[in-house]
Amino acid sequence: MKNYLEFEKPLAEIEGKAEELRAMARTNTGMDIEKEAAALDKKAGDLLKSLYGNLSAWQKCQVARHPDRPHCKSYIETLFTEYTPLAGDRNFADDHSVMGGLARLGDQAVMVIGHEKGNDTKSRIERNFGMARPEGYRKAIRLMELADRFGVPVVTIVDTPGAYPGKGAEERGQSEAIARATEKCLALKVPLVTVIIGEGGSGGAVAFATANRVLMLEHSIYSVISPEGCASILWKNAEKMREAAEALRLTAQNLKELGVCDTIVKEPLGGAHRDAPAAIDAVGKAIRKALADLAGTDGLDLRNNRRKKYLGIGSKGLAA
Amino acid sequence: MNWISNYVRPTINSIFSRREVPENLWTKCDECGTMLFHRELADNLNVCPSCSHHMHITPRARFKAMFDGGVFAEVTVPEPLPDPLQFRDQKKYTDRIKDARRTTSEKEAMLVVEGEMGRTPVVAAAQDFSFMAGSMGMYVGNAIIAAAERAVELGRPLILFSAAGGARMQEGILSLMQMPRTTVAVEMLKEAGLPYIVVLTHPTTGGVTASYAMLGDIQIAEPGALICFAGPRVIEQTIREKLPEGFQRAEYLLDHGMLDRVTPRGQLTDELVRILRMLMGLPPAVAGDLPAPETAKAPPVPDAPAAEAATDSAPPKSTPAPKAK
Ligand SMILES: [Zn+2]
Repeated sequence: MKNYLEFEKPLAEIEGKAEELRAMARTNTGMDIEKEAAALDKKAGDLLKSLYGNLSAWQKCQVARHPDRPHCKSYIETLFTEYTPLAGDRNFADDHSVMGGLARLGDQAVMVIGHEKGNDTKSRIERNFGMARPEGYRKAIRLMELADRFGVPVVTIVDTPGAYPGKGAEERGQSEAIARATEKCLALKVPLVTVIIGEGGSGGAVAFATANRVLMLEHSIYSVISPEGCASILWKNAEKMREAAEALRLTAQNLKELGVCDTIVKEPLGGAHRDAPAAIDAVGKAIRKALADLAGTDGLDLRNNRRKKYLGIGSKGLAA
Repeated sequence: MNWISNYVRPTINSIFSRREVPENLWTKCDECGTMLFHRELADNLNVCPSCSHHMHITPRARFKAMFDGGVFAEVTVPEPLPDPLQFRDQKKYTDRIKDARRTTSEKEAMLVVEGEMGRTPVVAAAQDFSFMAGSMGMYVGNAIIAAAERAVELGRPLILFSAAGGARMQEGILSLMQMPRTTVAVEMLKEAGLPYIVVLTHPTTGGVTASYAMLGDIQIAEPGALICFAGPRVIEQTIREKLPEGFQRAEYLLDHGMLDRVTPRGQLTDELVRILRMLMGLPPAVAGDLPAPETAKAPPVPDAPAAEAATDSAPPKSTPAPKAK
């Protein structure tokens, strides 16, 4: 069963019809539907192209949050070898919404850290829907420190709705944890490459994504607040999320123009969820390229360049 | 002493704050309901004399009371792009800014100054909650960077008073980018070996708490201040239960190990001076109200009890002298 998004309904209808025809043909031998089905396939293909060639900001949010979109775990399992998870913040707990550990990208040892949302009810609950608690950021800090000490580049994979708005998370200082993680990102003397694969939600994303290179999948988003949250505050109506999504300029394309995103990684037609292996492969190539670009740069320069880059953000706005 | 003679002559811009006279002569304390005469309230640094509730105070009023003789000089903040996203909700962002400028007579949500407090040279920055809820946008980011750079240039500590509803949504991702940008500013201070003290005031929430407001060498909060990342309403909606009394208030954070101190506004200046002088390797401070630096030719009175302001330009003494040291 495919999960269709609301704006994909016309597509669902066409694909459904083609499916039905083929099912009928299977039970009624001698019925020739292939021509008709092929025509429907073509129609669906054209529609997919036009839909995805022209996604609104809100539609991109929906694609970025698509339940079938490949998540951090798939990227780690596919792109890296020798993945060795390292757990815990050495203080309170291991946060399962944050994956992290040593791994190899080709021959290169890296520290990979990312938010994992989960793929079904059980794993989503276990992963807290990709919303880290303070322990998640503190685990990330610990792993970044370890990587820094041994000259291992850091790759972060960002996919989070944001920090977890829970009682314990606040009591255990999630503000401080996020602030320290951002500080750690800025202090590293090893390359830090981030790829935003779905949702880059607010401070929870910044804590991992203050990087030398920020890559974004074509239909991923990165925002100060969710469109729903923004709508309920500024429009006093959470239903105005379409307008809010538009106004926030949260698409990879807008962020590239603003200098927040360095590289957009093209997704397969119809989004990463329609061809996960292709999307993962494209991300892998982009990470390797970014790491190759940064290889050989002196540690202090890596740090200073990262700082300079962030100090410089905001010097250009969007074209009117 | 060298640091007095090296002191840059500040421009006197604080004697009459543009917002000094409120429209209403009486203010009702939102905590205890007492009607308070504006003069009395202002003299008490906007702390309710009957229940000690800490109300908002503008950066100018705070600095006027904090600096010797009420004198400080503004540090220039580089102007950011005015409306980089061409943001519009029900109102245009540029109109919201105009409104905020009109009602506050301030340029933006943060004021950066330099001056002396207790004869201790400092750079200070304060967020103005009355300006678009003190929200952190590019200007606030630039202000913090300018404050840190000025502190490094002068070799002075930086004191930062935070107050914000969070990031300024109308600047979208560029407001979020102030989290790393301001963190770079904090790093500059640390690398220069200069103290960075944060005073969290009501309310400090969202991306502000999750960046520069939580990275102080010392974290002090004013009593009763709400300090959080996610606000209590959002949390109640998420966990579907009532939160305990005092949750996310300064005292609660102190109890949970997230702060060094909770200090009433009237005692803050003395406390900051005391801490900074120890960190900066300076001899103990002299107590009491001090005149503006340029008039300070005579040796300061040693350890005099907090005297009433001798001149018109002296800051109003807020509360009775601190009970204990
Ligand atoms: Zn009161």
